[in-house]
Amino acid sequence: MTGPGRPAAAAPLPDRQVALIDLLDRLLAGGVVLTGDVVLSIADIDLVRVSLRALIVSVSPENPSPFEHSGPPARRS
Amino acid sequence: MTTSTSEPVTYAYAVARAHPDLAPSLTGLVGVSGAPVHLISEGAGEEGGGDVVLVVSPVSAADFGEEGLRRHLEDLDWLEAVARAHHAVVEAVAARTPALPLRLATVYLDDASARGMLRSAVRLFSERLDHLAGQVEWGVKIYVEATAEAAPESAPAADLTPGRAYLSARRRRRNDLEASYRAAQEAADRVGDVARAYATDRAAHRPQQGVLAGDAGENVFNDAFRVPRGRSEAFRAGAAGAGHGLAGVRVEVTGPWAPYSFAVPQEDEGTRGTDDARSAADTAGADGSDGSDGVVRGATP
Repeated sequence: MTGPGRPAAAAPLPDRQVALIDLLDRLLAGGVVLTGDVVLSIADIDLVRVSLRALIVSVSPENPSPFEHSGPPARRS
Repeated sequence: MTTSTSEPVTYAYAVARAHPDLAPSLTGLVGVSGAPVHLISEGAGEEGGGDVVLVVSPVSAADFGEEGLRRHLEDLDWLEAVARAHHAVVEAVAARTPALPLRLATVYLDDASARGMLRSAVRLFSERLDHLAGQVEWGVKIYVEATAEAAPESAPAADLTPGRAYLSARRRRRNDLEASYRAAQEAADRVGDVARAYATDRAAHRPQQGVLAGDAGENVFNDAFRVPRGRSEAFRAGAAGAGHGLAGVRVEVTGPWAPYSFAVPQEDEGTRGTDDARSAADTAGADGSDGSDGVVRGATP
């Protein structure tokens, strides 16, 4: 191998515009979900997120996804 | 319950390992509502306290209270502005110190309330921050390219009836598509090999669909990988090359990201999180499912 790759990568690139959909994958499905004395209860956040998902995914009965990618085949490598 | 519109509430972006350079690096950085970002530290000033901090900024209660959020979150422009601002803060923090991004729109009544949350979970956060230190997330997506309509030769062969010509074109198109799905599976296997060599964890996202996905082809694989910084470039290069020599398949690598997809251990996430959204969307749209033994499955007409 070519020595340890030097990731200049770790720094944020100011001009890098990430795709909104990639961002939403992470911000709406990833991240730490906290409970506590919050303005929104966790259940409400979930509701919002799910309705939002429906908007983004917009899979309709007439146009179903050919893939039910129902889960990762292998979680760990 | 309506919240007072005058008092701001506290929007939280990330939990991070305290670092002397963190606060200075955040000066001038504004959050989702244009207000400056600041740090809340639990036990600051106390002996041994303040090792884990929360990154927050004030936002309007009218916009980020329950009603406001409900109203705004269906507005894609508003959502994009908030998502990008949230991401910018997470990036700035993660560039300095290990960080756990929080889910979008994590809002507290005030800083004191946010501090209480931090205090109650500080040990968990600290462990997770240690676990993720020095690692980044890469996204890998595999697309089956929209076949160029399989060029059904515009003038059907003279010796075929229109019906046979149609069927023949259709069969050809289906064969092309099936070959592309097999190639996509091959690319996914290669990504798996690269992951075994360089990654420490893996999380599956739903393949992207819908208006936001655009016409980039059919996304059949959308996974995230956790990779130690030192192997980051090797992983990126390996994954980016996974489509090499495979027709009808495109591989896209995004990142490096802060560890959004790994902020919570996968096992714990299962009960509430990606799987909820996934199953909700599945029941909403997908027809029967028979589980998946492969990463990528061909469409069965």
